[in-house]
Parts: sequence; structure tokens; C-alpha cells
Amino acid sequence: MTLTAITEADTPFLPRGVRTKFDSVRDIWVLLAPERAVKLDPIGAAILAEVDGTRTLNEIAGGLAAKYNAPVDQIKKDAGAFLMSLIERRMVELR
Amino acid sequence: MTMVAENETTAAPGTIPAPSVKPPMAMLAELTHRCPLACPYCSNPLEMTAIKSELKTEEWAEAFKQAAAIGVLQIHLSGGEPASRRDLEELITAARDADLYTNLITSGIGLTEKRLAALDERGLDHVQLSLQGVTAESADEIGGYKGGFDRKMAVAGWVEKQGIPLTLNAVVHRRNMDRLEETIALAQQLGARRIEVATVQFHGWAAANRAALMPTQDQALRAREIVNEARERLKGELVIDYVPADHHAKYPKPCMGGWGSTGLNITPDGTVLPCHAAQTIKGLNFDRFPEKSLRDIWYDGDAFNAFRGFDWMQEPCRSCDRRGKDFGGCRCQAMAIANDPYATDPVCSKSPFHAELVAAAEADSHADASELTYRVSPR
Ligand code: SF4
Ligand code: SF4
Repeated sequence: MTLTAITEADTPFLPRGVRTKFDSVRDIWVLLAPERAVKLDPIGAAILAEVDGTRTLNEIAGGLAAKYNAPVDQIKKDAGAFLMSLIERRMVELR
Repeated sequence: MTMVAENETTAAPGTIPAPSVKPPMAMLAELTHRCPLACPYCSNPLEMTAIKSELKTEEWAEAFKQAAAIGVLQIHLSGGEPASRRDLEELITAARDADLYTNLITSGIGLTEKRLAALDERGLDHVQLSLQGVTAESADEIGGYKGGFDRKMAVAGWVEKQGIPLTLNAVVHRRNMDRLEETIALAQQLGARRIEVATVQFHGWAAANRAALMPTQDQALRAREIVNEARERLKGELVIDYVPADHHAKYPKPCMGGWGSTGLNITPDGTVLPCHAAQTIKGLNFDRFPEKSLRDIWYDGDAFNAFRGFDWMQEPCRSCDRRGKDFGGCRCQAMAIANDPYATDPVCSKSPFHAELVAAAEADSHADASELTYRVSPR
């Protein structure tokens, strides 16, 4: 299987066994996966908060752009790269 | 267990009691030392806890709650064989109620399709299934349990059917390292999301089997190549974690990510350890849960503070620029080989014991030994 890059029409989702949690001891969001705990920065947390398995990357970027008043193309690029890094580690899947 | 804490960002300031000691990320709960298998490299101590001394269901539940309250995010339910505990189902519920990510580390023996469905329903997050070999004959010889391999394959199928993510835990050594490619292929075939390829660590029961299990240098080099190639090829399909053989390395691994910095272990009777082999270090005092709270043990326990920071170090570690990276290596190995828990890990090429360690490993790797000493189960 060769890994194909995420496109804006793809719908990312967190597979079973991967979830986010607010860590009240450290006061940050974390992503929990098999044998991994990833501390999320505010941007990563904001992106994953939009990943609900129904919205496409396009819609996610659009929503974030409106919310944070930022250029949509830049967000699409950043969110795409962030999600791709998680896809490579099997923490995010696409449908 | 290779719990990896990834720092994607600089951590935001939290409510951390002692400024120098960070909250733990993970806890390994050895629920029992009982196990139907008898792997000759088992990491359990030679002196095992009897059934009657095991913590009760409510005590474990309280330990999970306290662990979560001091910052533990993931709980690894291990043993022995955790399925040997009849209250495993309740323990999963207790761990999830404490809002912990719940990982079951199992040989598969003792699990049925029905039991797995119940664990699934109670919110089990992840299953880690041990693998002793890629054929029934070789696997059952190592595990010392006839029918074990076939049973495991069935368990893997049930895990897949329930949709629980699966990791295959392959312990590798001289006898099975040449089949590493098949091992990785088996993980794919079983639909595993992750495989852990861990070279035997020669502590505990494995120490008696050095001559039979020590991999050769060629095998270790080849294994590294196979892992690197497979990682690239299977990116996005199979995550591969690799624990190499110690003695072929130039520098030691950072044991537990630094002593008392990332995780804690609880043994079946509630003894709380900074690392599973810590009891081999003479002179350390270990606290017991529930006599003391996990918070007190983590922040103030003697054993946890023994090797924190750099003050305890001797030369060459003390002035070495890698000391913040590998923390001087494994304390148990320093104890075992240098007979001094404060010494530089003999795996390090700067240790005066390094040449001795390499020569012993080299000799053992070519030994003509076929007899295995199996672990025994407690009563
Ligand atoms: S290493 Fe083998 S004997 Fe030891 S607990 Fe695991 S399965 Fe049981
Ligand atoms: S001398 Fe000590 S700190 Fe330096 S690399 Fe060796 S083990 Fe690590």
C-alpha cells in the first residue's frame, strides 16, 4: 500500500482506539493512541476538534478560517500537513 | 512496554506540585504473576507474588483513580497474564471510569470470544498480543504451552472482529530473528495496526537463557535493516517499534525515558516501582500501595528519587553531554554487571565494563546451547 496524500475532498476521522482528551493535570489537550500520547498545541487541538468524520478537509479549513479569521488556503495547507503526519502514524484515517 | 510520550509542543504550565518532577504519563499494572505460558525470557521477577497477596478489585480501582489524578493518561494492564484475573472485566470498567486510555497486554490465553466482546463493551481501547514465533511448533516451544499459537491466532481474529486496535508484541532472539520478515507479514495479515519488535532484554528469567537466546551481531544488523525497510514500505499501514539488542549499541537506551520521569509500575501486591526490574537493585526502599498514596510515592518515594536528575551520577556520565538524553542508561544493568547501581550503564562504550559486556554477548551468541530454562508460575 502506498500512502496517498490527503485531498480537500477527503473526510478525516479518528479511528477506534484514538481519541483526544483534555488533560487537566497538564492543562493541555492530548491525543491518545496505542502506546502514544501526543501533546497538542492549540492549533493541533483546534484542527482535531473539527475532525468529526462527517466533514471534508475543505469544510474543516473553511470553518477554521472563519473562526480564526485566517486565509483559508494557508489553513488548508497546514491542517493537511498536520493530518498527514497523523495518517502516517495511523492516528487518523480517511474516508 | 514502550510507551512513547511525544512532545509536539512545549508543554503549557500546569499545576505541578514539585517543579523538577513532572507528572507520570503511564502506569503498568501487573495484575497477577500467574500465566499459563512459561516464556524463558519473561520479565517478571524470579520471586513472584502469590495469588493470595494480589491486590483486590477495589484496590486496583482506587489505584487507577489515583494514577489519573496525578497525570497518568494510559494504563497498561499486564502480568503475568491479566486474563488469569477473573475480575478483568471489572478492572477495565474501573480504568475507563477513571478516564484512562486502557491497554491490555496479553498472551491471549484465557480470552474467549465472549470475554473479548465484554471487554470491548466496557471500553477497552487497545489489545497488545504477544507472539512467540510465526509457526505453531516454534511458538509453542518458546511459550512452553501446546496449542498456544493456534489460540492466539483465534484471539487475533476476535479482536479484529470487535474492531479493537491490535498490536503484535514480537519478542525476538537468536531462534526466531531470522524470521522477522515473516513476523511482520503476519502482523499485516492479522490486521494489526502496530507491531513491537523487541529484542530479549537479558534480565530476570532471560538471564538464565543467555546462551540459548542471545542474537548474533549479524542477526542484529540484519534485523535493523529489515525494520528500516518495512517502516518505509508500510508507512500509514503498520507502525513498527523496534527495541534493538543492547550490546550492539554505542550508547544505552534511556531507561523508562529517565528514572522516575515518565511512568510507574505496580506489581501484583501493590509494590510501586520506577521500572519493572528495579527490585534487583539492592538498597532501594520500595513503597506499597495502598499503604501510601501514588502521589506520595511518585513525588517523595525513596526509590523514585534515587536516580532523578544528575546529582547521583558518577564519571563518565556526570560530565557527559549525553546525560540529558540517555540519563546514564539502565540502573538495573549497571547493578547486574558493574555491581553498582550508580555506575555508567555497561552498554555505553564509555563504561569500563563495556568490553566485558560485548565479549560475553559475543560468546553467548555463538554458544551451542539448546536447553531452555522456563519460568514457573506462582501458586
Ligand atoms: S513473557 Fe511469557 S511467561 Fe512472562 S508474562 Fe508474558 S506471556 Fe507470560
Ligand atoms: S557516559 Fe553516561 S551519559 Fe554519557 S553516553 Fe555513556 S551512559 Fe550516557
